[in-house]
Amino acid sequence: MDNTTLLFVVVMMAAVTYLPRMIPLVLLGEVKPPPFFKSFLRNIPFAVLGALIFPGIITSTGKPLSAMVGGLAAVILAFFRLNLIIVVFGGIGAVFLCEILF
Amino acid sequence: MEAEVKKAVKISEVKCGIKAAIPIAVGYIPIAIAFGLIAKSSGIPNYISLLMSVIVFAGASQFVAVNLLMLGASPVELVMTTFILNLRHFLMSSSVSQRIEPGTSKKMLTLLSFGVTDESFALASTRKEQYLKRHFMLGLHFTAYFAWVLGTYIGLFLAAGLPEIIQNSMGIALYAMFIGILVPAVKDCPPVLRVALLAILINTLLHFVPVLNILSSGWNIIIATVLASAAGSVLYPQEVESHG
Repeated sequence: MDNTTLLFVVVMMAAVTYLPRMIPLVLLGEVKPPPFFKSFLRNIPFAVLGALIFPGIITSTGKPLSAMVGGLAAVILAFFRLNLIIVVFGGIGAVFLCEILF
Repeated sequence: MEAEVKKAVKISEVKCGIKAAIPIAVGYIPIAIAFGLIAKSSGIPNYISLLMSVIVFAGASQFVAVNLLMLGASPVELVMTTFILNLRHFLMSSSVSQRIEPGTSKKMLTLLSFGVTDESFALASTRKEQYLKRHFMLGLHFTAYFAWVLGTYIGLFLAAGLPEIIQNSMGIALYAMFIGILVPAVKDCPPVLRVALLAILINTLLHFVPVLNILSSGWNIIIATVLASAAGSVLYPQEVESHG
């Protein structure tokens, strides 16, 4: 692929990424959806978070063991409602320790 | 006088958004650096890699695009894969449309929608207030975007490669952030906890079970999200209605 084609591809990538982000937000705002759909939309954050976390987390560090240890550390810290930054660094620290030790 | 008060409120909301985005920036910068390094080493011109972060702004699909380019994929394949991987933002954007403060102009929505990512959505949509302030969203999205572009720049032009152990450890950052958002949000609300667990179950089945594991991870996430959210609305219409 020459650079001009590649440039065009990147612009197309931007378009197909932006449109699904833009269309619902601009068009759905004034629509009052029926109750079922409204509750469906309210469930999305929790469902999408679940689906994003697992099983993707397993391959996030290169080693399933350290990834699971890091994930577990994050779950424990999050359970006690610690600040998000602490949860993030706690997860990173747990993976780092695990990679050093094993 | 009133105009000045309004301006002060706007500024404090933007600041609140910037502050809320700090965990996202912590997760984005190392990943964006890695993206810059990988794109550079795969021989893609630097200006094209940087442009990708500036106008596409979608982490996973940018890594996949670099990978596909190295495999010699066609332009159509690249664009289609990007579309499928990022189609999940359609669901997130639909969900945000019901939470953004009423009276937000179309122009503002057009701008804000560019910044809808897994991470900014996760953070904004699980906040307690009924309506999301547009200037809060602006601060949140801008900070995340800035971190992503800055990280890409560092990876392309400044970084000489982080030690592998540091890189591996940072790989957990965004997942730890997702956990840090999800766990407190579902802890005291069994219905949404079940929705999240159901999504995990469906996504895991789609990922590992032979015959089912034929789709890309982008489709898997979309299917798991739609099925789990719909099941939640059928099983617990009342509880979820009053939440958030």
